[in-house]
Amino acid sequence: MTAAPTQPDWRDQIFEVFQDHDIKQVYHVPDAGHGRLIEACQRSNSIRTLALTTEEEGIPLAAGAWLGGQRSVLLMQSSGVGNTINLMGMPKTLRFPFLTLITMRGDWGEFNSWQYPMGQGTPKVLEAMGVLLYSVETADEVKATVDAAARSAFNGGQAVAVLLRQKLIGIKNFGKK
Amino acid sequence: MSTNKSAATLQRRPLVKQLLEGADDNLLVIAGLGSSNWDITAAGDRPLNMPLWGSMGAPVGMGLGLAMAQPTKRVLVITGDGDMLMSLGSLATVATQMPENLAIVVLDNEKFGETGNQATHTSPRNNGPTDSGAGTDLAMIARGCGIPDATTVRDSSEVADLVKDVRSKKGPVFRLVKVMVEKLEFVMPPQDGAHLKDRFRQALLGHP
Repeated sequence: MTAAPTQPDWRDQIFEVFQDHDIKQVYHVPDAGHGRLIEACQRSNSIRTLALTTEEEGIPLAAGAWLGGQRSVLLMQSSGVGNTINLMGMPKTLRFPFLTLITMRGDWGEFNSWQYPMGQGTPKVLEAMGVLLYSVETADEVKATVDAAARSAFNGGQAVAVLLRQKLIGIKNFGKK
Repeated sequence: MSTNKSAATLQRRPLVKQLLEGADDNLLVIAGLGSSNWDITAAGDRPLNMPLWGSMGAPVGMGLGLAMAQPTKRVLVITGDGDMLMSLGSLATVATQMPENLAIVVLDNEKFGETGNQATHTSPRNNGPTDSGAGTDLAMIARGCGIPDATTVRDSSEVADLVKDVRSKKGPVFRLVKVMVEKLEFVMPPQDGAHLKDRFRQALLGHP
């Protein structure tokens, strides 16, 4: 088999999907897993990138952006999902498109026991709030999965979460992006 | 008898009515759940009002997302002290963006009105065993978060300037308005969130 051309980094591919879907606002709490994507958004002239004090802020921001005619994405870590749950009802109540990408912890080879409860609870609580779940474990499936999630959200009007599994991100390596 | 040395004299209903006087398509209004919702509705329900029936802690974030999406429109968030206390961090997030078209008005009656007028943290200290707070100053918090134009309004003589600042001054504008504790009629807008959202977008964007 001939060598396949080198795939762009999956985080750069997510940024391409954001541009394809005309994402205008990106919200995040600083996160190592999303770090490279966050920096790409911060450098972009077409995307407004906001750091939040807590993940919960991302839901009403997305609602406000949609009221004003703009699409947004919330980037967070599984440990932040629990902070959002009451307001995660807003996409259902107002019936607006909502997309969040979640880097998983407490998922696969996690060394930190404090990450397990919310990591393991993440899919269940999101399902309980009526959020559609997509899950991706390998780099070559990231782009198609995030694209499908964006279509379900912005064309299908759903609240959608993509779980970027720890197998994809890698076991946390402190001090390195 | 309240030991609050500066007991409020302003009434929220006529005040909100003045804030929204002559509202046109350039004014986008978000109101927090409970009294603020009934207040903007009493002033006249309109498609470009987004009154919340829940989602405590959401109004400032919604206002910020909307203000960024619609930089040529004026965005006004009206909410209460209890709601604001639940999302203090959102003021710091507003300060990271400094939206020139955003005004936030917090109607501070020092009570959780929807649950029976229990004291919020903005109530004075030493106000008796069931009615004491911490004297929390939300305008000072807003300034501390990085919103320089954050002041407190207590007197009817300040209302004309309040209206002008909220409607047209370069933002972000934060105004803490000390208001009386009153028992007022519920004036309710439609409750269906999808309907409220769709009519807002229809009026603003021409499609739901």
